[in-house]
Amino acid sequence: MPVTAMYDYQGQPKDVQANFHGNQLVYFGWDKHLMFCAPVCLPLPPDMPFGAVLTEVLPGVYGSHPDWARLDWEQAEWSLDQQPFTPDPQQSLEAQGIHHKSLLRFRVPGLDGIAGSAS
Amino acid sequence: MSANQRLNLREKYQKFTRDLAWEPSYQKKSDIFPQTDFEGIHIHDWDKWEDPFRLTVDAYWKYQAEKEKKLYSIIDAFAQNNGQLNVTDARYINALKLFLTGVSPLEYAAHRGFAMAGRQFGGVGPQVSCQMQSIDELRHVQTQIHTISHYNKYFNGFHDWQHMHDRVWYLSVPKSFFDDAMSAGPFEFVTAISFSFEYVLTNLLFMPFMSGAAFNGDMATVTFGFSAQSDESRHMTLGLEVIKFMLEQDERNVPIVQKWIDKWFWRGYRLLALVSMMMDYMLPKRVMSWKEAWEMYFEQNGGALFEDLARYGIRMPKYWEVTVKEKERLSHEVWSTFYNYDHAAAFHSWVPDEAEMQWLTTKYPHTFDQYYRPRFEHWQSQTDKGERWYNNTLPMLCQTCQIPMVFTEPDDPTTTCYRSSDYKGEKYHFCSDGCKDIFDDEPEKYVQAWLPVHQIYQGNCGGASVPEVLEWYHLRDGEDNKDYLYSQDRANWLKWKGLTEEAERTLKAVVNG
Repeated sequence: MPVTAMYDYQGQPKDVQANFHGNQLVYFGWDKHLMFCAPVCLPLPPDMPFGAVLTEVLPGVYGSHPDWARLDWEQAEWSLDQQPFTPDPQQSLEAQGIHHKSLLRFRVPGLDGIAGSAS
Repeated sequence: MSANQRLNLREKYQKFTRDLAWEPSYQKKSDIFPQTDFEGIHIHDWDKWEDPFRLTVDAYWKYQAEKEKKLYSIIDAFAQNNGQLNVTDARYINALKLFLTGVSPLEYAAHRGFAMAGRQFGGVGPQVSCQMQSIDELRHVQTQIHTISHYNKYFNGFHDWQHMHDRVWYLSVPKSFFDDAMSAGPFEFVTAISFSFEYVLTNLLFMPFMSGAAFNGDMATVTFGFSAQSDESRHMTLGLEVIKFMLEQDERNVPIVQKWIDKWFWRGYRLLALVSMMMDYMLPKRVMSWKEAWEMYFEQNGGALFEDLARYGIRMPKYWEVTVKEKERLSHEVWSTFYNYDHAAAFHSWVPDEAEMQWLTTKYPHTFDQYYRPRFEHWQSQTDKGERWYNNTLPMLCQTCQIPMVFTEPDDPTTTCYRSSDYKGEKYHFCSDGCKDIFDDEPEKYVQAWLPVHQIYQGNCGGASVPEVLEWYHLRDGEDNKDYLYSQDRANWLKWKGLTEEAERTLKAVVNG
């Protein structure tokens, strides 16, 4: 039963893509860097190339971490919605299956947070 | 009976409660009480409802009026003697801000919820119990407002708590908790609030705040705690009675009640994450650690309760083992969250000082030095350079509990716990198996969650920038939010304590920051 109610109650989803003014939501999590207490949520244009995410978006999000200066995107391991993923910097988010409310996680071997504490 | 004959207690209870009911003659009972059936609970005999307190309304008014008189005379004395100057440290006041914005509005919500449940139940026993509790909750919110209003004269962050409760990101956690309960049927509501919250978990809400107040010299808050205590024990008894009544009425009720206990235990536990950080980080003089409190009040006392309920076929709430695994990380993960986003909060955060970190090391020998001390030391070094660190990107939230996704895998404190579901072509994300199960059971309810981060991005919260959102929250930037170190609260406190030079340095930093 999708809800316990007195009649056939239908909920109205509050966060459909159409509500975000042409953007879609994308969540990012940098594994082993819990100084950022949670993954982040960003509204991004679906036609944004992935390369722009790396050069224009994520520096503003994670650049304040001491590990950031040592980060080499070539070494990064990605997952998209919990499946292994190899992003294509030229292609847009939409074209490579990054949908509204998709989750992107990345990890760079050797970068395990402040003093290796996963912070 | 002659007009001047006095009723004994038993007769009075009968006249003032059970005899208030009547059998309808020209309306169907199901039309008068349409909400009693749809949750699937079967009740055969409402008269089996036991009221262990046998309180009648005349005794209620007399007793409560005496308590109020005492409470208000103490509050008056507290105000006249500038009692606020006797607390251990102005950092303590932030625990009160959290209470007034996060807990007091729930008392008011409980007043509404019990009024509704009292109307919806088809039997006079629970009707009367719910009505009295409804009045209790209204008194509690009033006494809390009156007590805490004194602090509003001297400290920031207290000025618009109900408005904030409806809008501020972390306050959507307590707000949505109660909205969830109130939008269920009356049986689920009382299972949620009376049993799961008031009976199983209340010692973990009330005890930390009231003992915290006592330990930190806040006699005004201690007094309203005492005033509410006798009501709370009545509410706890009601919680247990509700469960036993449902379980004894019909076997078919057992799995439904178990499902609600599973759900509301988990929801209540997630809500208490706010209390965990209050205990371990916000009290200058600590009462006990969150871990110790959880062991005493849930693992021991709760364990014994569920042993008693086993004869009805009720087992421990699902995922209770996860709460035990989380007890050495919960408060650190949550305090870090407020350190990240304190520029958008209605109270101050800070890095614990060295003595406090030592306390945390002692209380959390398996986790604090390994996982959390390094980040606090890093943050302190940033602050020492005059660059207090904040997280400038909005967090991903759990669809069910609405807390940022700050919790880690049950068996791995270094990895965020991610869970998700697809429903009708949309993705939904959760912080835990507990929150995912709740969604999966009633997705039509939770797809409507008002998630503060998503609402900001949809443009429904005053604008896209932090200052615009703060204005919409009625938070004054640089006064109510940000680090305690640079706060007006701290500067004032130092001044009142005669440390003028230190106060001036702080004020300069306020202006610069």
